Amino acid sequence: MSRRKDNYETSRWRQFMQWLAGEIDPLTAAKVGMIQEKAETLPDEKMERGKVSTLQATPGNESDEREAHSAAAQAEKAAGQAKSAMAAEPWLNQPSGESRGLRLYRRFYQVMSILLCMGIISVLLWTIAYLPIFGNAGNPDNNEVSARYIEKGLDETGAVNMVTGMILDYRAFDTFGESCVLFIASCCVLVLLRIDNDGGSESWKKRQTEANDRIFEPKNDIILQKCACVLVPVILVFGIYIILNGHLSPGGGFSGGAVLGSGLILYLNAFGFQKAERIFNGKIYQRITVSALTFYCLAKSYSFFTGANHLNSGIPLGTPGNILSSGLILPLNICVGLVVACTMYAFYTLFRKGGM
Amino acid sequence: MLVQNFPFFSIVLAMFSGILSSVLNGKQARNVSLGVIGSTIIMSAAVFFWCLGNGESYTYMMGHFPAPWGNEIRAGVLEGLTALLFSVIMLLSVLGGMRHTFEDVEPSKVNLFFIMIDLMLSSLLALIYTNDLFTAYVFVEINTIAGCGLIMIRQKGRSFSAAIRYMIMSQLGSGLFLIGLTLLYDVTGHLLMSPAKETVASIEAAGRYEIPMLVILAVISVGLAIKSGLYPFHSWIPYTYGYATPTASAILSGLVSKGYIFLLMKIFYRVLGQENVIASRMVNVLFLFGLAGMIMGSVHAILEEDTRRMIAYSSVAQIGYIYMGIGLGTESGMVAAVFHMFTHSATKALLFISAVGLYEVSGEKKDFRSLRGAGYRNRLAGVGFTVGALSMVGFPMLSGFISKLLFATSALQSPHKMMLTLIGLAVSTVLNAIYFLRLVITLYGRAEQVAVKGKQRCSFVFGGAIVCFILLNLFLGLMSQPVVRAITEGLEMFD
Repeated sequence: MSRRKDNYETSRWRQFMQWLAGEIDPLTAAKVGMIQEKAETLPDEKMERGKVSTLQATPGNESDEREAHSAAAQAEKAAGQAKSAMAAEPWLNQPSGESRGLRLYRRFYQVMSILLCMGIISVLLWTIAYLPIFGNAGNPDNNEVSARYIEKGLDETGAVNMVTGMILDYRAFDTFGESCVLFIASCCVLVLLRIDNDGGSESWKKRQTEANDRIFEPKNDIILQKCACVLVPVILVFGIYIILNGHLSPGGGFSGGAVLGSGLILYLNAFGFQKAERIFNGKIYQRITVSALTFYCLAKSYSFFTGANHLNSGIPLGTPGNILSSGLILPLNICVGLVVACTMYAFYTLFRKGGM
Repeated sequence: MLVQNFPFFSIVLAMFSGILSSVLNGKQARNVSLGVIGSTIIMSAAVFFWCLGNGESYTYMMGHFPAPWGNEIRAGVLEGLTALLFSVIMLLSVLGGMRHTFEDVEPSKVNLFFIMIDLMLSSLLALIYTNDLFTAYVFVEINTIAGCGLIMIRQKGRSFSAAIRYMIMSQLGSGLFLIGLTLLYDVTGHLLMSPAKETVASIEAAGRYEIPMLVILAVISVGLAIKSGLYPFHSWIPYTYGYATPTASAILSGLVSKGYIFLLMKIFYRVLGQENVIASRMVNVLFLFGLAGMIMGSVHAILEEDTRRMIAYSSVAQIGYIYMGIGLGTESGMVAAVFHMFTHSATKALLFISAVGLYEVSGEKKDFRSLRGAGYRNRLAGVGFTVGALSMVGFPMLSGFISKLLFATSALQSPHKMMLTLIGLAVSTVLNAIYFLRLVITLYGRAEQVAVKGKQRCSFVFGGAIVCFILLNLFLGLMSQPVVRAITEGLEMFD
């Protein structure tokens, strides 16, 4: 700070004239004093100096997105270090005289973050002491809401499994939201990991070979394949059972879908992509996901619409306990199960080879 | 009434179009998306005018089961108005950044971009209309993931680290929010807002669960404050807004953070009870953080070289204004906060979109000095940027002036916070003026240093979006009375 002041080049009048001429920005210099009291002074200052040096090295620093040129590499590094100091991340080894301040700040940051976490944990633990005792009959959550779910749930939803009745009928809108969470999460993974063929360019080929680990296939691991032969059909049947019986016994779309997905992943691991793609590929994934979510959306919209306008939906509830009962819950469970299974399998293949 | 179905239609339509877009190509997905946003505008306008005309709000049962058992959404004047403005701004942001979207995003992934836009719209609408705390949480999740997707879809340079930053901070906020909801359910036994509020009132009257209630309030406020980028939790903002594709920056800064603030207001009014919130002094904390944000955000913006990061830091300051308004703890403070929410949505989206037009004609450099003379090379974008900047500074006739006026007048009603608010407003306005006017002067400075690339004609769609944004700003600035009255009425309906 004081170093700046005894430099004639940065006197105020000179800065003002330069500002008028549009050469520099005096406010960058004035800022050091402004936030002196703040604890973040050190990284801010670091950032500032890093930036100044960046500007000196490459006027109009635009290399941010391009690959660092060798000339600008030094400046980039300085800026990068300053940035990481700002975010208080561990930075690279820095030989200059400022490293002591940075080390101090880093230590300060570590101590403060641990203290903060301890503070939050203790406040939350302290709060628990004041909450109603778990499992007590007189607790606020034992109210008319859960009473109706338990007493009338079977008549109103037709589902023997109360939880399924709750999530797919009483609060079906939330569950639709949850399946959209899965859908959009898989879309994000597609954005990140799917490698699209853009006409066979060099970068595509490079990414493809980097991501693809199929050169090690087929592994032909006899033990794995024999085990998979026995296990995969059982797992798949079990998954289907959990989904179809979701309204009758513990389980449902989310858990059954996870079982189905893991069965598919086991099959893929044992027999390799070539065989797996015969039963499941990108097209099938897309078709299944879209049709399942579309059905869910349309069926539930119909149900919401009729419910809100006090119309009779005309969906029979059937005899509780039968496999074909409880109205929309069975098809919705199937939809959710398919979406979950597809999402799990898609995540796995995307991470392994950037496509399906 | 058919109109009463519109909130539900608009949410489900947006979700359905997102699902459908995954099998369409980029252009088709764009058309579907634009159609859905357009119809959302119409439906939200219908809801708004219906509620305004009838002078009442209504709840809408999502399914066959009434309030404490099934899901529910609620629409009133304020919800309708917010949904209307948000969808208008979303449409203009998507249109304004359209060309860059197609440049920044890989051609085969454009449809994924529009899936994010559709689901973002649906989650914003659901956050606005929801009357159920857990529905709010589910859509907060969708909103967060869609936000990450919008940032990283650019797949260049820093957008990945920006997305990771956003994800970590945002998930921290979601986590705190979820902890708050769990505690609230534990002491009230309800997830729907109206029954939860009744239980909260009886708890407060009986003086039970004082400490859990305080922790719930703090945890929910802090969680949503992190997600909307209140000052000490702002570190993700410059990265997120600075390195995403322009449409994404405009939507994230203009709408997403406001969605969380709206949810916070709704929880204050419709669950925890505004009088309890004021009594707990949590508002004072928000007030102080808001004030700090107003000053520090502007200081950081002054120190920035990169134009978009400068605008992003300005968002920190403006979010500070909104929290300051909430923190005043008065009815008029809340009205000012809501109005500033609208102002900032409209203006910040305009700034991000028009900055893109200026970049295009200045060799896509990040440093603001490279924009010298850009106002002559792309006149419309220059005018748009100037209007946005003046509005943020608080130039009369523009919406920023009205919100500053509202803040100042509402400050007069709370004696303990009056001086602080007025001083904060004055200092922040001066600081705003320093960096925004510096930008505007740069835009219209002599352009001898920059190698002028051939003057590009800005596209018709881009120009139209800028003009509509300017008109929206002028509308909020010149005809603020009906808007303020609608906000006041809407806030009264919240109780």
